[in-house]
Amino acid sequence: MDALEIARWQFGITTVYHFMMVPLTIGLGLVVAVIQTLWYRTGKPEYLRMTKFWGKLFLINFIMGVATGIVQEFQFGMAWSEYSRFVGDVFGAPLALEALLAFFVESTFLGLWIFGWKQLKRGVHLACLWIAVIGSVFSAYFIIVANSWMQHPVGVEMVDGRPVMTDAWAVFTNNTALVAVPHTLFGALGVAGAFLLGIAWYHLWRRRHDGIDVIGADGRLVAGEANIPGRDKGDYTVWIRSLRIGAVVAMISFAGTALTGDLQGKLMFEQQPMKMAAAEAACHDGTGFSVLSVGNLGAKNCDDIVAVIEVPGILSFLAKGDFTTEVKGVNSLLGEYKEKYGTHLPDNPLYGDRAGQEIQYVPVMEVTYWGFRMMIGFGGVAALAALIALWVTRKGVIPGSKWLMRLAVFGILAPFGANAAGWIFTEMGRQPFVVAPNPDMNGIDQVFMFTAAAVSPGVSAGELMTSLVVLTAIYAVLLVVEVKLLVKYVRGGVASAMPELAHTKGEDRGKDDDGAPGPDKADDVLAFAY
Amino acid sequence: MELLPTIWFVAIAVLWTGYLFLEGFDLGVGMLMKLFARNNTDRRVLLNTIGPVWDGNEVWLLTAAGATFAAFPLWYASLFSALYLPLLCVLVALIFRAVAFEYRGKVDTERWRTTWDWAIAVGSFVAAFGIGAALALTTTGLPLDANGDRSGGPFAWFSGYALLGGFGVVAFAVVHALAFLALKTDGEVRLRARRWFVRLVPVAVLPMLAWMVAVQFLSGKAWTWVIVVAGVASVVLAWQWARNGSEGRAFAAIGAFVVCATASIFGAAFPVVIPSTMDPAFSLTISNASSSDYTLGLMSIVAAVGLPLVIAYQAWTYWVFRRRVSSAHIPEAHGFLPAIAAKVLVAKENTSPSNPGA
Repeated sequence: MDALEIARWQFGITTVYHFMMVPLTIGLGLVVAVIQTLWYRTGKPEYLRMTKFWGKLFLINFIMGVATGIVQEFQFGMAWSEYSRFVGDVFGAPLALEALLAFFVESTFLGLWIFGWKQLKRGVHLACLWIAVIGSVFSAYFIIVANSWMQHPVGVEMVDGRPVMTDAWAVFTNNTALVAVPHTLFGALGVAGAFLLGIAWYHLWRRRHDGIDVIGADGRLVAGEANIPGRDKGDYTVWIRSLRIGAVVAMISFAGTALTGDLQGKLMFEQQPMKMAAAEAACHDGTGFSVLSVGNLGAKNCDDIVAVIEVPGILSFLAKGDFTTEVKGVNSLLGEYKEKYGTHLPDNPLYGDRAGQEIQYVPVMEVTYWGFRMMIGFGGVAALAALIALWVTRKGVIPGSKWLMRLAVFGILAPFGANAAGWIFTEMGRQPFVVAPNPDMNGIDQVFMFTAAAVSPGVSAGELMTSLVVLTAIYAVLLVVEVKLLVKYVRGGVASAMPELAHTKGEDRGKDDDGAPGPDKADDVLAFAY
Repeated sequence: MELLPTIWFVAIAVLWTGYLFLEGFDLGVGMLMKLFARNNTDRRVLLNTIGPVWDGNEVWLLTAAGATFAAFPLWYASLFSALYLPLLCVLVALIFRAVAFEYRGKVDTERWRTTWDWAIAVGSFVAAFGIGAALALTTTGLPLDANGDRSGGPFAWFSGYALLGGFGVVAFAVVHALAFLALKTDGEVRLRARRWFVRLVPVAVLPMLAWMVAVQFLSGKAWTWVIVVAGVASVVLAWQWARNGSEGRAFAAIGAFVVCATASIFGAAFPVVIPSTMDPAFSLTISNASSSDYTLGLMSIVAAVGLPLVIAYQAWTYWVFRRRVSSAHIPEAHGFLPAIAAKVLVAKENTSPSNPGA
């Protein structure tokens, strides 16, 4: 592999990984904030328990998003210095604003929330969480503004061979971003919904399995108590309510992603027609949506692709909103791209060994075709599962089936898959460009950059390989650690996030009377998260 | 028109100052987890002094990097790609350190805690060293070619200045943290931190002072020499105040030292952002590395509103958590009885829900 390929693998791996943590942070953060608001308004103990339990899992995951996020900001400069030089005038601003206006807010107010349970008034404490969560939404906005500019450059002018920002409003209200932001946020909610649903299902199933809850004569559930901290009647309420919230959130998410995804698709057919043609493996102009295409999708050309099942009209609907407009296929787009942006990479040292090579305008269709379908498929499956779950549990009873429980737990992964597939599709589909040309705007349709020119010229393949190996290894280890901790705290149940439940149960731990002044509850300096 | 680039040069210097001042003590506390703390209670006291604030402190680094990208893309691109491997070490260190803070208390075993304690201590050391080295190199020079790329291989960036900057920030962070602990803790830890501070501070500031002076010889101006002297004076004051038990003043004075350090270093380097050691003509300056005035103007407006807000709510955080932490406040580590324990609790008790056993 040469430096470019290694750098691309590194960016792909670190970004997909980072984006496993991020949607859970955003989605779960919103859900926990809503639950804590319910507690604030109603004072019901189950909402406090839910806040603490889901909040704990939120924090275990949050920190991984923070830790892996720093890599993202640094690697533009480290591995993609030519890219950074080219786009810095316009691309750097949203990143800087993200740090200044979103990261500070997120980290500072989350610190207040974690440690401020006793220091702050209840309302202020709740407000801190909301501010932190809104900070994370803003951070999503800024980073998507930056990404959208790579998908669809606007608000710039070419000066001395570099795009220079001339219209910040255009950059920050790029229509690509305005649809991608809600799409991403709904996607994040989907992750949170399935997360709640799966874990709550597991706990409810386990309560039945352990004989704590039994089914009464009327078919309704009779919640019981076990002599374990936190596993009382209130515990049942915690899980059934979490399950319902999760299912509803998952369905809202699907509706939202479908609606915004449709808008985004129509926009993409205009802005990056090749990406959408490749998403369909549509070689020839037509109206049909491919249900199954076979052949050598990885070949970056159309010689060997056969659409086995096609539904006429649907592709036109996705692209234009009617059933008859012909949508351009790969073959006719190829000619247009070659005419506009050249057939060969320039003979410039920036391209290294690739200088003068023929440009491959067709993205890897294996990835775009299946990525697009996995995104929609995983999202749809999760929403359908949520609907079924709501129906099945309408009387408050979880089926005793172990396999259904496993399905619910592993179903947590589906929205993660949908999120990852969507991003992989949209980023890979943009190739061979790192900054895709904006075809519908005169004057700046020459603002584009080939990925081949973006990598750091001074950094060796060896350095890149070192970081790829090191980061991938660390990420793998940390994923194992995070999942193990999540599992431990899930199994721990509410009491794992609320040690006070254990104490009020009259559990004498017998260590508070060793002469040292014990922790005075009213006088706690900190909430002792550490 | 050099006004906006100058403003942003100053702004970035301010961001680095904020970073070194704030994360300075939490990096130092991280290193002290292994150097200073004697038992787990000590370590938890240390952690709880920075618990609510370390993440917010770290954002100063992200903002400094982001602002450099936005305001001086060529500076950002050259510096970060030239220092590829050292910054990789910083990233790895910051990843482990962040995760360690959060995960350390999540499993109640000695081995688990020790592992993460090392992650915190080593992570803090490497991060402090790497950032110090990077700042030293951007103010003293890197082998950049005409395009701004490093020539001469993966380690061509190395020079004695990297060591000076690296040890400078590490040693400063340690004494800054001791002053912070004397201010933020109570009991034995507080007294010991003060004692250590008084003993260490005269030596610990030397590498950073050497870096300050070195930059003065390379590109100093009269006013930056004055600031170096002011820096020395604040160290003397910090030492004196710590001996007298004025912990707040001592902390402020050692903080003033790092402000003087960045002011004298960046002030001397101005208007060059990376001197090229290959050819002065290849040096990056605020004029040839900066973004357009339009972008800088936009950023200025946002920063003029945003930065004071950040400072205000971060200050409020310190106010909320202003109480001193002491070992008396540290409760037992909370191991918990899992609600769902794979085998033991459930066993075959399914039929008697009231008592699944313990």
